[in-house]
Amino acid sequence: MIVTVALALTTLPFGLLLGFIIALAKDSNEPALRRAAEIYTTIFRGLPELLTLFIVFYGAQIIIRQIAGLFVDQPTIEINSFVAGMFALGLVFSSYASEAFLSAFKGIPSGQYEGGFAVGLTRFQTMRLIIVPQLIRLALPALSNLWMILLKDTALVSVIGLADTLRQSGIAARVTKEAFLFFGLACLLYLVLAIISSVFLGYIERWSKRGEAVQ
Amino acid sequence: MTTAQVTATLKPALPPPPPVAPGWTLARISGFAFLGLWLAGGIGLVLMLYNGFDPAFYARYGPKFLNGLVVTLEIVFLSILIGSVISLPAAAGRMSENPLAAAPAFAFVYFFRGTPLIAQTFLVYYGAGSFRDPLEAVGLWWFFRDPFYCVIFTFSLNTAAYQAEILRGAIQNVGKGQWEAGKSLGLSKLTIYRKIVLPQAMIVALRPYGNEIVLMIKGSAIASIVTVFDLMGETRRAFSRTFDFETYIWAAILYLILVELLRRVWARLETRLTRHLVRITADSGKDRPAGETEAAVIEEPVVTARP
Repeated sequence: MIVTVALALTTLPFGLLLGFIIALAKDSNEPALRRAAEIYTTIFRGLPELLTLFIVFYGAQIIIRQIAGLFVDQPTIEINSFVAGMFALGLVFSSYASEAFLSAFKGIPSGQYEGGFAVGLTRFQTMRLIIVPQLIRLALPALSNLWMILLKDTALVSVIGLADTLRQSGIAARVTKEAFLFFGLACLLYLVLAIISSVFLGYIERWSKRGEAVQ
Repeated sequence: MTTAQVTATLKPALPPPPPVAPGWTLARISGFAFLGLWLAGGIGLVLMLYNGFDPAFYARYGPKFLNGLVVTLEIVFLSILIGSVISLPAAAGRMSENPLAAAPAFAFVYFFRGTPLIAQTFLVYYGAGSFRDPLEAVGLWWFFRDPFYCVIFTFSLNTAAYQAEILRGAIQNVGKGQWEAGKSLGLSKLTIYRKIVLPQAMIVALRPYGNEIVLMIKGSAIASIVTVFDLMGETRRAFSRTFDFETYIWAAILYLILVELLRRVWARLETRLTRHLVRITADSGKDRPAGETEAAVIEEPVVTARP
């Protein structure tokens, strides 16, 4: 269970950052950049998460082996399934997150940027001090949905051999022959995680809305 | 003063400012760089597929891949269909004010939306073994022994939970006034549902339904883990025999085509079905072909002013 949570938590910042950058690219005036970002989203949103995981896991292994093969004769490098899982889930998460950020960007009127420039802030400062705080508030509902999806997608990593909740219960099920009990337990653990995160997300949402007028 | 005199006294209009020459900004450079990266990746893939072209490989695994594709489509189609049937009572239960109906529906939806699909599949496929004797007694063992049926069973329940929420959201989205208007016309509850609420709800639900089908296509890859030979299953089998990475590339291409195709068709369907909701304004002319727009929007006032 700790592995599940750790995987989801390490994927999150990576996916968020990448998603934010992709969203910036999609929001830019430059058609070439927009097109490149759209290709990214189309690919990683269209592929099944499981397939992305396998492609990253085996593909990275092949590439790393070939690079290592330039130096060593018989490289015996095994890619860490945790890193592979984090990378693959991060790619999927970022492509969805970029859409969430993009629609949030669309929700911020251009006057906010102009106001920032008018008081003499640089582009980076405008982004950091004016746009991002509003962006978080607008994107939060979509992002909390994505977090729930991410939490569930971590279960897929058990397939490439990471000892997460699902894999451990699979082992327990094989040893004790009580498959229903242990897989049921795994499902319950995921439910508990979902409930805990919804409580936390509720806090964050209230925090992000602290600037709004109270009705 | 006539119009001609007025125009004569006015200063001639200035020519428009010259267009700003687009420079090589950072955004543009990185845009082209990333596009180039994608292009290079694409060419690399094509070269890889071309260089590794082995007729025996395609003759052996090509038909299997197509078979796998058919199995994937079967899983998706059957699950969505069965799921939509199950989702009706579930959505009704979610909207019911009777706690005896609402509580189980809530538990059903919460469980299937809150746990990973792969865990549910394991629960049904491996977990059914724990109940072998009672299942054999009821005569349902043949059903839970077959991974394909297990997958259909799990996926249907899973998508039913999601569809129930879509349906509930869409129905509750229809304004209360629609109900009241129906009642004031003396229509029965069923008629209001069928003739007033559902048609409006379906339009709202159209986009989420499309997303749900896409999710199902992607989720169906999980079936391969419990030894169903769908597209992903065939890919894994081919890979485990040949260790040829091409197999995954082909699977990726097929899945991408499938999902993109569905997305395009669905977008078409949506524009078609909601065309009565599109308001026609001067702005909406942008969607029409350029020549037609100019004739309709700009020249028309001139024509009426002339006589």
